[in-house]
Amino acid sequence: MAVKKRKKDLHFFERIYLVEIIKGLLLTLKHLFKPKFTLQYPEEKIEQAPSYRGRPVLVMDNGKERCVACGLCSRVCPALAIQVQASETEDEKERYPVLFEINMLRCIFCGFCEEVCPEEAIVMSKDYELVFTRYDDAIFGKDKLLVPVEKLKDRLEFVRTQMRK
Amino acid sequence: MPKVTIDGIQYEFNPGETIIQVAERNGIHIPHYCWHPKLSVSGNCRMCLVEVEKMPKLVIACSTLAMEGMVVHTKSERAIKGREHVMEFLLINHPLDCPICDEAGECMLQEYAYRHGTGYSRFIEEKNQKPKRVKLGPYVMFDAERCISCSRCIRFSKEIAKADQLTFVQRGDRVTIETFPGKQFDNPYSLNVVDICPVGALTNIDFRFKARVWEMSATKSICPGCARGCNIDIWVRNNEILRLTPRLNESVNDYWMCDHGRINCFKFVNAKDRVDGPHLRKDGELIKVKWDEAVNYTISELKKFNPNEIAVIASPFATLEDNFVLLKFAKQVLRTKNIFYNPHIKPGDQDDILIREDKTPNSTGLKLLGIQTSENGLSIETLSEFIKTKVIKCLIVVEDDPIASNSKLKDVLQNLDTVVVFATNQNKTTEYTKILYPAATYAEKNGVFVNFQGIAQRLRPAISTIEMERTLDGMALSRLDKFGTEFDKWARPVKYDAMSTWKILSQIARGFGFKFDYMTSEDVFIEIGNNYRAFSGLNYESLGDKGYKLNLTKVIEEKILV
Repeated sequence: MAVKKRKKDLHFFERIYLVEIIKGLLLTLKHLFKPKFTLQYPEEKIEQAPSYRGRPVLVMDNGKERCVACGLCSRVCPALAIQVQASETEDEKERYPVLFEINMLRCIFCGFCEEVCPEEAIVMSKDYELVFTRYDDAIFGKDKLLVPVEKLKDRLEFVRTQMRK
Repeated sequence: MPKVTIDGIQYEFNPGETIIQVAERNGIHIPHYCWHPKLSVSGNCRMCLVEVEKMPKLVIACSTLAMEGMVVHTKSERAIKGREHVMEFLLINHPLDCPICDEAGECMLQEYAYRHGTGYSRFIEEKNQKPKRVKLGPYVMFDAERCISCSRCIRFSKEIAKADQLTFVQRGDRVTIETFPGKQFDNPYSLNVVDICPVGALTNIDFRFKARVWEMSATKSICPGCARGCNIDIWVRNNEILRLTPRLNESVNDYWMCDHGRINCFKFVNAKDRVDGPHLRKDGELIKVKWDEAVNYTISELKKFNPNEIAVIASPFATLEDNFVLLKFAKQVLRTKNIFYNPHIKPGDQDDILIREDKTPNSTGLKLLGIQTSENGLSIETLSEFIKTKVIKCLIVVEDDPIASNSKLKDVLQNLDTVVVFATNQNKTTEYTKILYPAATYAEKNGVFVNFQGIAQRLRPAISTIEMERTLDGMALSRLDKFGTEFDKWARPVKYDAMSTWKILSQIARGFGFKFDYMTSEDVFIEIGNNYRAFSGLNYESLGDKGYKLNLTKVIEEKILV
C-alpha cells in the first residue's frame, strides 16, 4: 500500500515547532496588555439589549396591572406555563386578573405571550437570573410579576416599533 | 316539489320556505345575526345578503322566499363584497374590547369579522358611547356598546318566553335596548337571550368572567331540574362545573332551558356540603370510614331485621340504573316489598313552554320500573304510620331528602333502629342516618333519565370522582385536562370519593352472596331491557344524543323480579 504523501512538506523551522510556539506566546502576550472584556459576574452584569427575552413580567401602570385577564397568553403559551383567573372590577376596564401565575419551570422564554397580548400588558424583561430551591417558589404570582412601566420602557418601545411593524 | 338552485346545485323546497332555510337544511352556511330558526324573521342585520339572478340588488336570504327556478349565489363576488360592507358597518361602533368581553371565543361578530371582514377599518371618527354594565334583570347584564341591534332578545322574550319585557329605544346610532319603564327583565327564561345574543352585549351575571370558553370542556347531559329533562351541555374547567347551556333537541326543549335549571342545577355538585366518602355514626358523630368497613357494617346491620321490617325509598333524582338495582336489591337481597317513593310536585309551577310541576327528572322512569307511587296507596304518610307502629324498623333512603318535605316522617324517626342513606350532599335526612354513602351526582355518572314525555335520555359524566379517570373513562377533555400534571396548580382538581348508587348497592349485594356483577351502567341498562318491555332491545348507543321515545303503551311487566 502506497503511503500518501503530504502535498507540501513542512520546512525545517516549522518542523522544530519552536518558532510557532514563540509566535503563539507572543499573541498571548499581546492580549495581556489589551483592555479586558471579561465581566466579573455576578458583581458586574451586561446591560441586555431591548430585544433580549428574559423572564416575562406584567406591566404595572399607575399602580395597577394593565392586564385585563383575556387569557390569550395562557392560550398561546406552548408550555402551558400561564394561569389566569379573571374577575370583575369597578374600573372602566371591567375585567382584571385576580390571579396571574407563571410557572417558571414550564416557561420556555419564547415570548409568544408578549406577542399575542392585546394590551401590551405582558413583556419579556431583561431578568435572566432565576434560581429556586423549592418547586412552589418557581410559580410566580402577581407580586413577583408586576413591574412598573418606567422600568420596561425600552422593551415596550421595541415591541411597538420592531415587532408590530 | 319546486326547486331552487343555490351555488349551482338544485335543491327541493316546500313552498313558503326562505332561501336561508333551504340553504341551512342542505348544509350551506349563509352568515346571519338576526335570523334564528325558532324566531320570527326580522331582517335587520343585513348579513345574509345573497345574489339572486335577475334581481337588480342583493337580497337578504332570511326573508326572501325561495321560488321555483330561482338561481341563488351565496359566494359570488357581489355577495361577498356586500357582506364585507355590512361587516364594516356593524364594526363601526362596535368597541374593540374582545379581550374584556366574555363572549370572545363564541362570538359570531368575531367569527364573521375573521371570515367575512376586510381585516381593517376605514373609520377614524370617534366611536359611539353608550351605557355599559346595565343590569336588565336578576341574571342578565347588558352592554349597549357591543349590541348590534339584531333584536333576537326582543323577539325571544315576546315569542318564546311570552313576556314582552324588552324593546328598542332611540334611533340610528343611538338605538339601544331597554326594559319597559318599571319592568325588570325577569321572566323564567331570561338567560336564553345570552345564548342567542350573537355578540357579548348580553351576558350571564352568574358566569361573567369566570372562564374563557376555550378553557372548558362540554359534556352532553340532561338537566335534573324538572321532569322536562332539557338537553344540556355541562361546561367544566378543572373538574368544576361553571355553567350549563341548552343543547338543541327539538322534541324536548328546542334551543332553550329555564333560568332555574341554569342557575340552580349545578352548584350542589361542587358545594361544600358534598358527602365525601362513606360515613358511619360513632358516638353521635358521622365518621369517615373505608368502603369495606362501611359495607361490612351495613351487611351486619341489615341482617338484624326481618324482610318486612325494612323499607326502601327510591329516588326520582337518581338514574334508571340506580333505581333498578335498588329494586332488585330490595326484592332479591332484602326480600322486602316496602318500596316507597317521595314525589316532588310543586302544584301550579308549570307553563306551556318548558317548566313542569314535577321537579324531578326521572319520575316517569320510576313508574316504568313499577316502583310504587303515592297514587297506588303507598305514600310517605303510610310509611310514617308503619314506622310509628314499629312495623318498619330499618329505612334505606336513596338520593332524596324525604325528611325535609315530610314533617310527619321526621316526628317518627326515633322509632327506627337503622337508617341507611345514599346522598350526594348533606341534608336533613343525613342528620339522622347511621350509615351514609356518598352518591355520585348526575354530573358524575352514566345513566338514563326518562322525561315526562317518555323520552329516555342519557347522562354522561362531566366531572370525575376519585374512582374515575378522565381519559380512561372517555370523558370530555379540555386542553388543560389533557396536558395538566399533578405539579400544575391549575390541574389539582377537587375530587370527591363518591360512587353511583348502583355500584354501592351491587357491592353490598355481593357481600350478601348475590350475583350483582355489573361492570358498567350500560350492563344495568341492558338488564332493564331484558326485564321491562318498554326498554327491551335498547342500549346506550340507541339512545344517542337526543334520546329515544319509549312506547309507553307497551305492557310493563316484571319477569325476574317478582
